[in-house]
Amino acid sequence: MDSKQLYQEIILDHNKKPRNWGTLSDASHRAEGVNPLCGDRIWVSLRLNGRNIEGVAFEGESCAICTASASMMTTNVKGKSIEDAEALVRQFREMATGKLDAAKPNQLGRLTVFAGVKDLPSRVKCAILPWHTLHAAFHNEQIASTEGDADPMGLPPVRPASDAAV
Amino acid sequence: MNSPGLARRETPVQTNALSSADIERLRADFPILRQTVNGKPLAFLDNAASSQMPQPVLDRLIRYQTTEHANIHRGVHYLSEVATAAYEGAREKIQKFINAPESREVIYTRGTTDAINLVMHGFGRAFLREGDEIIISQLEHHSNIVPWQMLRDEKGVRLRIIPCNDRGELVLEEYERLFNDRTKLVAVTHVSNALGTVNPVKRMIATAHALGVPFLIDGAQAIPHMSVDVQDLDCDFYCFSAHKLYGPTGIGILYGKAKWLEKMQPYQGGGDMILSVSFDKTVYNVIPHKFEAGTPPIAAAIGLGAAVDYVTEIGIDAIAASEQDLLAYATKEMQTLPGIRIVGTAADKASVLSFTVSGVHPHDVGTILNEEGVAVRTGHHCAQPVMQRFGIPATARASFAFYNTYAEIDQLIAGLRRVQKMFG
Repeated sequence: MDSKQLYQEIILDHNKKPRNWGTLSDASHRAEGVNPLCGDRIWVSLRLNGRNIEGVAFEGESCAICTASASMMTTNVKGKSIEDAEALVRQFREMATGKLDAAKPNQLGRLTVFAGVKDLPSRVKCAILPWHTLHAAFHNEQIASTEGDADPMGLPPVRPASDAAV
Repeated sequence: MNSPGLARRETPVQTNALSSADIERLRADFPILRQTVNGKPLAFLDNAASSQMPQPVLDRLIRYQTTEHANIHRGVHYLSEVATAAYEGAREKIQKFINAPESREVIYTRGTTDAINLVMHGFGRAFLREGDEIIISQLEHHSNIVPWQMLRDEKGVRLRIIPCNDRGELVLEEYERLFNDRTKLVAVTHVSNALGTVNPVKRMIATAHALGVPFLIDGAQAIPHMSVDVQDLDCDFYCFSAHKLYGPTGIGILYGKAKWLEKMQPYQGGGDMILSVSFDKTVYNVIPHKFEAGTPPIAAAIGLGAAVDYVTEIGIDAIAASEQDLLAYATKEMQTLPGIRIVGTAADKASVLSFTVSGVHPHDVGTILNEEGVAVRTGHHCAQPVMQRFGIPATARASFAFYNTYAEIDQLIAGLRRVQKMFG
């Protein structure tokens, strides 16, 4: 694929002006995400009210793909339930790894600008890292890594009971 | 085929550099370079990670595998003798290439990492005690850090680190201050893989030897770029890999002085490394075989011998001079771009150019350059302490071999302009 397709205006814009940048002082959940292979490192903080994501913020040092993915993630999950956000985590991961079932409906919307990473294996983890970190924060895991035992890709996805059969 | 466009090559600056006609002829030896990537001619500028094999090396591998292969040091039959002669013949070529006194001081390993681990095990585990000290440097690749950390954690030895200055040069006054009566080994890279700095190892070895301390050199990044004479350096150990010297992966060399190798404990046990085995007692083979347990990658060793022949025929000094021209041109061109920071500006450098682009992560730089057909390495280059020293998570790195051209450097610079335009 051409990088013009991947580095679309919306990605470059979110990289330049990341939304929900920073940390929540009254966060109820936090996690750190690291990609030891490239040095990407981000922190996601959440304020949950019951099962609802009232607030979300991130900060870190990362490439444009990771930063834009994190920024768009925050705008997409804010105000959603944990279950809806987890469904989005799953759909995003499937899209980035080229496993999304096009026949099934999804809620990815504009997040499909990241679909091109599936053709760039070395960049898939950049796009997915924020989502893994969000997932880790929900489950009170302190750290999400793209490598080793902490690699969420290597673990069976944690699914809310309601759609365990999916 | 897409000709690399040699027309723009300027008159060589270095007097003994290869001419543009030489480069064009030699470049034709590398079939892998004749391809397009994303519709653009491939500009392979990742030679510090691994260089490409020329046709004579490829031909040698095919000839060995099609007409000469059998296990070595085993049979009395024809093919085993042919294979053994080729394998041991390659060892002698390598001995001459690095001017080792004897071929038995040339040990085949899996690569540089394996060679350093061999010394960590054979020398470090056998001879070092709690409280002993090993000096390494801030410029080391992880392969010359982690084995010594394993030894530290196992035996309670202490690692002392030679710092580097803002240009990426080791601070020799600090180095000299690190020695004490517990210092048992110095292990330092000849050339920094992340920055290109050429360390003054000969002088550093003299310092260590004056205090009776042996010296190991990680030569992975030096061997393709300069003449290496282990007797002139007087190093105790010299480690390198074939695949950075236009040879195959899976094979490398540990040169060691016989006086150490003979005392060191074997690295791995198995076939070929023994003289006799009974359930009561095993007698180890002599060097080099003591350190070469099991069936080695025979073809790869012979391929390394062919690569040494190839480099010798061109002349390592001519290669070095041509690469210095490429480095100077690339450095000059890159300095014309605003917002580019060259990381590693030592006075003495091999053809490695590490850089950052202001406001753009190296991974994005690498992906966009790839769209332009330009292959560079991005990341921490397995040298995280170097990155920490310069306060950056990663760099992009262009590294040149003699077969690279000025046109490829222009392609890199044009790619960087596009990166800056996209992220502007």
